[in-house]
Amino acid sequence: MQYLALIYDVEDRPQSPSEFEEMMGGYFAFNEHCKKEGSLLGGEALHPTATATTVRVRDGETLLTDGPFAETREALGGFYLLECRDLDHAVELAARIPGASTGCVEVRPIMVIPGDE
Amino acid sequence: MSVEGAIERLVRDESGRVLATLVRVTKDFGLAEEVVQEALTTAWTRWPDDGVPDNPRAWVIRTARNLAIDRIRRQQRFDDRTHVLEELARLRAPTSPEDAVSAYPDDRLRLLFTCCHPALAMPARVALTLRTVGGLTSDEIARAFLVPRATMQQRIVRAKKKIQGAGIPYAIPDPAHLDERLAGVLSVVYLIFNEGYAPTTGDEGLRVDLAEEAIHLARVLHQLRPDDREVTGLLALMLLHHARRHARFDAGDLVLLEDQDRGRWDAEAIEEGCRLAAAAVTGPPSPYGLQAAIAALHGSAADWEATDWPQIEQLYRLLRVQVPSPVVALNHAVAVAMAHGPSAGLALLDDLSGLDDHHLFHSARGALLMQASRPTEALEAYRRALDTVGVGPERRFIEQRIRTLST
Repeated sequence: MQYLALIYDVEDRPQSPSEFEEMMGGYFAFNEHCKKEGSLLGGEALHPTATATTVRVRDGETLLTDGPFAETREALGGFYLLECRDLDHAVELAARIPGASTGCVEVRPIMVIPGDE
Repeated sequence: MSVEGAIERLVRDESGRVLATLVRVTKDFGLAEEVVQEALTTAWTRWPDDGVPDNPRAWVIRTARNLAIDRIRRQQRFDDRTHVLEELARLRAPTSPEDAVSAYPDDRLRLLFTCCHPALAMPARVALTLRTVGGLTSDEIARAFLVPRATMQQRIVRAKKKIQGAGIPYAIPDPAHLDERLAGVLSVVYLIFNEGYAPTTGDEGLRVDLAEEAIHLARVLHQLRPDDREVTGLLALMLLHHARRHARFDAGDLVLLEDQDRGRWDAEAIEEGCRLAAAAVTGPPSPYGLQAAIAALHGSAADWEATDWPQIEQLYRLLRVQVPSPVVALNHAVAVAMAHGPSAGLALLDDLSGLDDHHLFHSARGALLMQASRPTEALEAYRRALDTVGVGPERRFIEQRIRTLST
């Protein structure tokens, strides 16, 4: 099964250079772990919500809003697409993502659309 | 045995077992439940005419299996389920009752771990466990928890959808996570028991016996993991509490342990509970084992005065280390009062925090203050207890105490 791990965290948490390095080291280690067991299908970090644009089409007109769809304290900051045996495996990987220790990680199964191979 | 009796026993004792096997083979909770239900319905209609088969369980497994094969063949699904069909075809129905127990002993355990998975909300875990492993109907569970039937059905349907959709495994957790997950299963079972033992809401006349359901589930776990001391401890603890059920109420009013007619305790259950408790406390202390040992000391005491309070006090002292909760500390304080006098207990109670909204804290203070001949403060404590207690027998008991102290 495929799962999307959505990483939510506070965007403007102050971080010393060494804390930043530790966090990045954690992400590199996570990537290595997943590559080794073959569970990493993809993943990216996102620019902060200050760069977000929300798009809606209403009556054929494209409407833009400056900012994210939902204003919350913890914002989506990145994601991984993971291939896992089951939810237990997905949870085990999600708990290894550094963001789970500072913010939280939402794990969502990818829907399989019949006939869409 | 009558046909009705045979079917009822089958539903009660076997439906969880049969369902567990079908879930394992089909990997489809919804399908498994449908075919088991239909097989049982078929039994209801056919057995009165045809007679009860020699091995009712084998009959139900075979019927459910054939229904599952039919349904999978009929479904136009895009994913390949050939392997499921092959496994269903291989599914050998047990030929004797002994065979049935030994054939797939772990299926129910898997089902329990699935139903009690931490990714499900607690109310969903409880409902699903009672529905699938306990074999209760949604209607019975709804009545037990005093929620509308539609709400309970929705809760169960949602939980099953999450299991299927989110990929909650149908498996016994790997050794690294087993203890942690088993603890989660035990807490679901204990929660079911407590809901039956001290109903938080409603009239017990309407309730399914949740306490007996919980004991049944613990027996299943104990059968599957006889050497686990926490499983043994929980089963012992529940048996010992449940053994006192007939003495706990008098015309609907609560009777305290010290005033209970011990002749009305279930001697057989106490004997079994004490035996299991002894097994549970060999080795390092564990939470359920310690609680079982405390319950066993109460259960084996001839009367309130003869209770081994010093030992109970020591067990609570150990339990406080294992379970650092204010409620355990409260019970410890009461045991200290019994072993060393009310003032010693009150001193410990005064150091406790976090229980201001807990009626048991104020009731315990009230009782110790009464023993210490401080009736004015006792009355005040019981008034605080009245402010925090729900409806039911416990409220009536506190009201009774207030009346006594006010005269």
